[in-house]
Amino acid sequence: MIKTVSQAGLAVNEKLKIQKNSIKNGNSQKRVCIVTGTHGDELEGQYICYALGKYLEKNTDKLNGTVDIYPALNPLGIDSIMRGIPGYDLDMNRTFPGTESGTMPEMIAHEILEDIEGADICIDIHASNIFLREIPQIRMSVPTSETLLPYAKMLNVDFVWVHASATVLESTLAHSLNSAGTKTLVVEMGVGMRITKEYCLQLMDGILNLLVNLEMLTDVEIPKIREPIVSLDGAVGFINSPAAGIFVPEISFGSTVEKGDIIGKIVNPLTGSTAENAVAPCSGLLFTLREYPVVYGGSLIARILRQEDNNND
Amino acid sequence: MIEKTIFVLESVYREPLEVKAFCFGDMSRKTICIMGAMRGNEIQQMYVCARLVQELKKLEINGQIVKNTGIMVIPCANYHSMNIGKRFWAMDNTDINRMFPGYNLGETTQRIADGIFTEIQGFEYGIQLASFYQSGRFLTHIKQMVTEFTDDDGLVDFGLPYALKRTPKPYDTTTLNYNWQLWNTKAYSLFTHSTDDMKEDSADNAVNAILRFMKNRGIINYSIHPGYVTSVINESDMLQVHSPCGGICKIKTKIGDTVERGQVVAEILNPLTCEVLAEIKAPEKSTVFFHFESPLIVEGTVIFKLIKNDIIRGD
Ligand SMILES: [Zn+2]
Repeated sequence: MIKTVSQAGLAVNEKLKIQKNSIKNGNSQKRVCIVTGTHGDELEGQYICYALGKYLEKNTDKLNGTVDIYPALNPLGIDSIMRGIPGYDLDMNRTFPGTESGTMPEMIAHEILEDIEGADICIDIHASNIFLREIPQIRMSVPTSETLLPYAKMLNVDFVWVHASATVLESTLAHSLNSAGTKTLVVEMGVGMRITKEYCLQLMDGILNLLVNLEMLTDVEIPKIREPIVSLDGAVGFINSPAAGIFVPEISFGSTVEKGDIIGKIVNPLTGSTAENAVAPCSGLLFTLREYPVVYGGSLIARILRQEDNNND
Repeated sequence: MIEKTIFVLESVYREPLEVKAFCFGDMSRKTICIMGAMRGNEIQQMYVCARLVQELKKLEINGQIVKNTGIMVIPCANYHSMNIGKRFWAMDNTDINRMFPGYNLGETTQRIADGIFTEIQGFEYGIQLASFYQSGRFLTHIKQMVTEFTDDDGLVDFGLPYALKRTPKPYDTTTLNYNWQLWNTKAYSLFTHSTDDMKEDSADNAVNAILRFMKNRGIINYSIHPGYVTSVINESDMLQVHSPCGGICKIKTKIGDTVERGQVVAEILNPLTCEVLAEIKAPEKSTVFFHFESPLIVEGTVIFKLIKNDIIRGD
């Protein structure tokens, strides 16, 4: 059933509506929320919402509980290829928990949060941005990891990144929900403005597996679920561009690299020269790679999961 | 005056971004730093700093800068965005003022923030010419984030009618103002009437407020009207009036006006028929501190910020 979670009047003859598809069966009070589209330029979650909705509508009899699918927390951003909320220059994922009597973004954030709160699990699907490609991964802060890690392992991702907490991240949807006791996992995968079907189907299997584990789904065949590499901040090596120019990768995404390998070149098309090479600072799995070629000094080129520190959970 | 380039960022096809600082007095002393535009639409903020450069030049020539004090003015940290009409960083739309204290091995705007912060940390006083994300008009005022490091004596030395104290939210912790305070600088944000356009009278007020502060804090010898007796107000004590619907927004009052309880201060019209959808009434007798300014408005937008007359202190 399609429900409106929050709405606000735009200036001319239009309402902004945040909607969800609430699929319910049986007598279980359990509820899982699938949330995406906070950042309007991240579209990987669109395919997952479609595929999951279609699957559950077809297999409703196998469901015991409620699955709420929120495909677009920022509909105007999705419509206009904007990461933030159009007209506000605001990252929606910095507006939570919002307030009842706040501005339009704050009010919407508040109503979304109220609607999700109390769910057994919430999965917030992000898609990197237009600049970087990511392998399917879950990110969580150290304080939440004890609670969240068992669920993260059900989701068929390749990698779980347990990062240090930062005050600025306290305004995210995930932090607000986790603080309110609603277990929320943040997925990052693929690249902005595109759909990577292979990754979407991978995560879809993970979500079905989670539902089976929560005893909300029965009688279904789940393919073998991957064991993710779990890693702390210290195990991640960053490569930022050493120069301005055009980045051309030399290595394929998702491969294992050796320390000193050339990840790519920063070239200058005007002079026909190579400005700098981007070199791997350590050996390991290349789990982030730059997709958008134009770089300034500092633009993130790649992230590597250090081999020697793997599986340190 | 010494002109200094404090940070350089190369670009593949554009001339490098060179952040310029103008220094006065004894530059071995870090007394006061004034930071202008960090966003591409902060034209007024850049202009106020540029005007200040002219004033300080004269004061320096006339020997009116107090011995053993150093003044630095950075009018514009982000003209790469300004030159192409963008508010945030040209390529990735990130906000330099959400990147402090910066990181020299991080992303581009983290590096810009780091490059600037390295130069401007350690000043005794820091003033940032700030802007609000929504279009509207403010009474020129000074704002300070309340942290455990806050020293609020200086708030009244600007001689502006109002000073606001703000309790920081999580997203404030990566701003310049907050980080300045973390590093022991007494930091203030100065808000002028507008952002994208240049308003001479408001720029005058801002320049005078900064000079008055410098005079009151013993940085310059200067004779200037003492200004107003400042009312210091907690931001959370202000009345916020939200628009109950979307439509065409007609403001019926001006900033600084005193409005009576129940007075109609704005109307929202149906944009297709001009039928009145809502009359916005002042909830209390108060002074108009901020009003929204744009022909179209969305439901929930803060249309007014009002200061209740009975909470005004200091006058
Ligand atoms: Zn995102």
